This record gives sequence, structure tokens and C-alpha cells, in this order.
Amino acid sequence: MIELDSVGVELGETPVLEDVSLDVPEGAFLALVGPNGAGKTTLLRTCNGIVSPTAGQVRVDGHDVTSSSPRDVGRLVATVPQTTRIAFEFDVADVVAMGRTPHRGRFETADDDDRTAVESALERTDTARFADRSIDELSGGERQRVVLARALAQETPVLLLDEPTASLDINHQVRTLALARELATAGRTVVAAIHDLDLAARFCDRIALLSDGSILADGPPEAVLTAERLESAFGVRTAVGTNPVTGTPAVTPLADEPPGGHRVHVLGRGTDAARTIGRLVERGVAVTVGVVPEGDAASVTARAVAREVVSAPPFEPVADDRAAAAADLVDRADAVVVAGPIEGPNERLARESARAFALHGASDPPEYADTVTDAELFEALGDASRAERTRPRVDDGGARSE
Amino acid sequence: MVLRRTLAWSAALCGVLLSVVLVSAALGYAAIGPLDVAYVLLNGIRVPALGGSGVTWTRPFGFEVATTTGLIVTRIRLPRIALGAIVGFALALAGAVMQGFFRNPMADPSIIGVSSGAAVGAVAFIVLPLSVPFGRSAFAFVGALLAAFTVYLIATEGGRTPVATLLLAGVALQTFLGAAISFLLLHAGDDLETAVYWLMGHLHDSTWGRVRLALPVVLVFFVVLLAYARDLNVLLLGEEEAHTLGIDVERTKRVLLATSSVVTAAAVSVAGVIGFVGLIVPHAMRLVVGPDHRILLPTSALAGAVFLVATDTVARSGAAEVPVGIVTAALGAPFFLYLLRNREVHAL
Repeated sequence: MIELDSVGVELGETPVLEDVSLDVPEGAFLALVGPNGAGKTTLLRTCNGIVSPTAGQVRVDGHDVTSSSPRDVGRLVATVPQTTRIAFEFDVADVVAMGRTPHRGRFETADDDDRTAVESALERTDTARFADRSIDELSGGERQRVVLARALAQETPVLLLDEPTASLDINHQVRTLALARELATAGRTVVAAIHDLDLAARFCDRIALLSDGSILADGPPEAVLTAERLESAFGVRTAVGTNPVTGTPAVTPLADEPPGGHRVHVLGRGTDAARTIGRLVERGVAVTVGVVPEGDAASVTARAVAREVVSAPPFEPVADDRAAAAADLVDRADAVVVAGPIEGPNERLARESARAFALHGASDPPEYADTVTDAELFEALGDASRAERTRPRVDDGGARSE
Repeated sequence: MVLRRTLAWSAALCGVLLSVVLVSAALGYAAIGPLDVAYVLLNGIRVPALGGSGVTWTRPFGFEVATTTGLIVTRIRLPRIALGAIVGFALALAGAVMQGFFRNPMADPSIIGVSSGAAVGAVAFIVLPLSVPFGRSAFAFVGALLAAFTVYLIATEGGRTPVATLLLAGVALQTFLGAAISFLLLHAGDDLETAVYWLMGHLHDSTWGRVRLALPVVLVFFVVLLAYARDLNVLLLGEEEAHTLGIDVERTKRVLLATSSVVTAAAVSVAGVIGFVGLIVPHAMRLVVGPDHRILLPTSALAGAVFLVATDTVARSGAAEVPVGIVTAALGAPFFLYLLRNREVHAL
């Protein structure tokens, strides 16, 4: 439905898009994700003809967008922009009715088609109850839904959404994207620039990751949203897990690992170990894990955030090479932290380690591990500044959890 | 729905206009009753009838009115009232269009230099030793359009005319033309009074000839602007959004600019620079009927006609006649301030 053929766009002298090729079939719901300034909005603006590409071609339903009249494009593509500023006090219903502009001749008045389109657009966006109010009286989120209603009233095969959920409450975020999903299922082609990666992964069937004006990856959410790609696009470490409710990818951005930071090896399994891994990673520590049983809670978290993981099949003795790999990680770590149930080779590694700790609050810490607070752990690692920063939070947290 | 509201408002304003015309025609140096005015108007109505020898025109009414009364009304008062109505209609119409076009309720018809251009043309004609029938109006009209076109050319680059550039180019050209007017006035000599009087904007020497000059232009372009009323609404969303709704933005802007410039030029060339009508009337009507240009354009135009006929009546009723431009400004500015204050109160 939408075909971009090696499209390049320059605004002024600056190249904004370079050699972008994209083919969005009918009925697809594509999310454009990427950091600020990656070119998401510009990409949308080439699809509706506002920006003419300096190279390549943009076709919608087989028509070259650049050479088509605005009216023809207006019948093919509806756009919900990021922000809308309306100068005078129009009623909501009037604004939505403006969506019918490309379908009406200069001297035609509204016919039944127009009225039905406007009414159903008001219903579907949950804006019918303020149809008679002035657009000026609405909140930003309500206004955004009115603009969505206007785009629906346009009844085009293609719908472009630029940050459709940016100023919406969680209820209307989900409703808006569910509506877009529904429209795509009914055969419309929807392309949305979305910042919230979790929502994008949950509702869209395809994600295109933009970075610096070109497409870094394009495919199903599970394939596109990987920690390495996200780090190269956004410049931030992320943990990509699975949303326990929807089963779709869930992305958690992490604090930067400091240069010359410490490396800690976590021994143990279960939710205690998982929580400890998360807590250390969140503080900017490079964490290695193992041996953990495959499918264990700690294993899942470790896969998402840890630097290196050694896992082994559950319910059977740990193979020698796995144990050796874990021992190697322990050797390279500055300290060992024990969390959760510990047995077999893990217990041996912990006993042999000179610097084995258990974090304050851990259940059932073994007698050979020093129980310390986060701050004391960092002190022991020789990281005074980090110790200072962690201390108040830990004291506070410790007091509350016990 | 919109059509019904437009017609209702327009009918009501036509009624108001008619009564203002009757009252205005009755007021003046010679005392004439409104009833006599109505008789004169009715006597003037001609109805076509199909007879044996083709179409014949008959006058269905034959009220008894003194000849002098009839002459005063038809030769002196009515041309002035008619011209006032046309000028008010044109200025308020163009003002409404410009306010929508610039998405700014403080815009007025002369914002892109139309009035200054007309003033240079008219003053040049007054000062130069020329004698052409309707020469002053013709010079003013041409000057107005030249100024508007110049501003448009300055502000256009690569087929795009950004509204902000247009506004600034208009301000710059107005300043330049102001200098030209001052220079011409310095060399006006005996014509100085005529020139200054023209600049103030007045309907003093109205004739049916001028009415015949201005009326067709204003009516034709009024229809064009009505046809673009919906596009003007969509333009209020911003140019990008108008584009995504299928409006050819640059073409529409050209049509709106050209049309409203011609309408303004027609008004200014017959009556001089009458300020405030084009600013106040659309603004006030927007508060009453809302921002939809399909209603706003015709109602503003009619209200402009009512406003100028009424203020011109005040202008010529004093001990000494003053140019109507002074009256519109003197009445308009306080009224505008009142609106401004009231709006703030509503907003709070």
C-alpha cells in the first residue's frame, strides 16, 4: 500500500532521511521507533506529500505522492500530527467534519455519507460526548482524540499517526492503539511513530527501527527489539524481557555502566537471585551469572540484563564444562554475591571465593558469606563515591522492607 | 444547518440595514420623514411586465412626494448611503478573510499594503496636474493592487508564501509608501487639503457613478470568497494540516490574497482610507456567530455595511461634517477595547 523506494530527504542542507526503502502492505500496522531526531516524523511527512523527497520515490496505492494533487492524496492518506493548534474556537463536531474536505466539491453541502462518517468517527474515538463543545475548552489529550476523529472521518485507506499516544492517559493510550489495530485488521494500512516501545511491540505487527535517518531494522517486534540494536540506536543499555501479561517484548532502559566499573558474579537461583541481578545492574554494575538452571527466574532476568550467563539444563547434574565456565566468570569478577538457594558447583564456588557476600535482606544467607548493605558492598569493592550515593536509599529501603 | 443559520443571520442583518438606510436618508439638513423616504424608495421600484410589444417596465407605486424631497433623497442622500454600504461591506468582508488568512484576529484589510498603495495612487493623482474622469479612483485602485502584488512577490520564494514573511513584507512596504505619501504631500501646494481629506477617508462626494464602479467588483469577488469559505476554515488548522486534508494550500492562499486585495482596493479607491471597519466588524461578528467563515463572511460584510452607513450618518449630522474615517476610529477603538476586556473576563 505504501512503497518507499530509496527515499532521501534533505531539509535545508541537512540530510534527514537517507536511502530509506520500506514496503508496507495493505492491512499492516507498522510502528516507527527510534530516538528523537531519527527522522520518524519526516518519514511520515513524505508519505502524505508534505515533504517532497530529494531522492527516490514514494507511492501510495500505486500513486506517486509527489506528483498527485493534495486532494487525491487527501482521499488516500489521513494524518494525525503530533500537535494541533487551532486558531479560533471551532466546535469539536466542526473540526471532525473538516475531515470530509477532500470528499466534497466546492459547492456541495454535507450529505448522508458525510454525516455518518463524522458520527462514527466521534463514537469510535470516545469524543461524541463533547461534540458540541469548543475545541479551545478541551485538554491536550482530548484534543488529540478529536484530531484522530477527524482523520477517521476522512475515511482513507492509509492512516498516519505521529505520536498518537503522547499526551493520552493510559486508558486512552491503549484504546487509541487498539482502535488503530482494529482498523488495520479491517484492511486499512496504519503507520505510527511511537516512543513507547512496549506499546509498539504489543499492538503493531511490524516495527521499523530508525536511527540517524536510515532504517536499522524492520520486521516483527520480537526480531527488531533486541538489546544490541536498541543500544546502537538509542545509545542506552536495555533489558529486553517479556511482558508477563501480554507475552510481547518489554523493554527496560538501564543506567549507564560507569567506565572502569565493577564486575560482580551472582551465584544462586530463583526470584531472590533475579531480584539481586536486577538491583546490581540498575546500580550500574556489570553482572555475570551462573550456573543457573535454564527456565529459572534468575536465568530469564540474567538473559535480559547480565553481561554473561552460564546456564545448564535443570533437574540433572551440572556438566563439568558448565561449572568450569562459571568458575572462569568468578575469577574475572571483583566479588561474588550469593542469593537464593545455592547448591552443587555454585556452593563450591562460593565457599572457595575469598570475597563472597550476601546482600542485606536476602533470605537464608549462608554462614560463609558476609551479609552487607549495597553501600557496604561498594565500599568493599573500593568504590567510595558509589557507596556514598547508595547509602541513604538502602538504609531507607532496608527499614521499610523489614 | 450551516446554510440555515447563514440565511437567518443574513436576513436579520438585511432588515437592520434597511432600517438604518431609512433613518439615514431621513436625517440631514432638510427635514424629511422616514415615511417619505420609504415612498421615494417604493416609487423607484420598476417591475417588468410582458405586454404586446415585448417587455415593458411599469412602476407599481405612485405615492405623492414633493419633487424636491424626491431629488434630495435620490440624488444626494441615497448615493452616499449606497456607497457607504458597499464600502463597509467590502472592508468588513476583506477584514474577515485577512483575519482568517493570518490566523490572527488583529489583522485588517490593509495589512499587506493595499491601503497605502491606494493612498499613493490617489494622492499622486490629486497632486499631479491630471484630469481624467474617475482618475483618482483609477489611480488608487491600480496603486492598491500594485502594492499588494509587490508584497506578494517579495514574500514568495520557490512557490511558497509564508504568512509571517507576508506580514513583515507588508509592514515594510507600508512604511516605504508612507514616506512616498509624505513626500507627495510636501509638494501638494493648493491640493494639500483635498489630499489630506482623502487620506482621512470620507464619503463626501459620492455619486451613483462611483456606486456603479464599486458594486459589481465587490459583488463578484464576494461570491468568489464565499466559494472559498470552507477552505479558509480548514486553513485555520494550519497549513500542513490543511494540506493533508486535500487543500492546495499555496493556490488557495493566492486566490484569497488576490480576491481580498481587489475587494479592499475597490472600497479604498472610491472612499479613501477608512480604518477600523475591517478590524472591528469581523472581530465582533466572530464573537456573535462563531469562527465558521461560511457564516462569518456574509454576516461580517452585511454588518460592515450597517456600521459604515450608521457612522457616516453621524459624520454628516454634526454642525460641521467630519470625514467618516475619524468617526469609525473614534467609535471603533473604544468598542474594540471593550471587546478585548470582556473577552479576558470570559477567559478567566
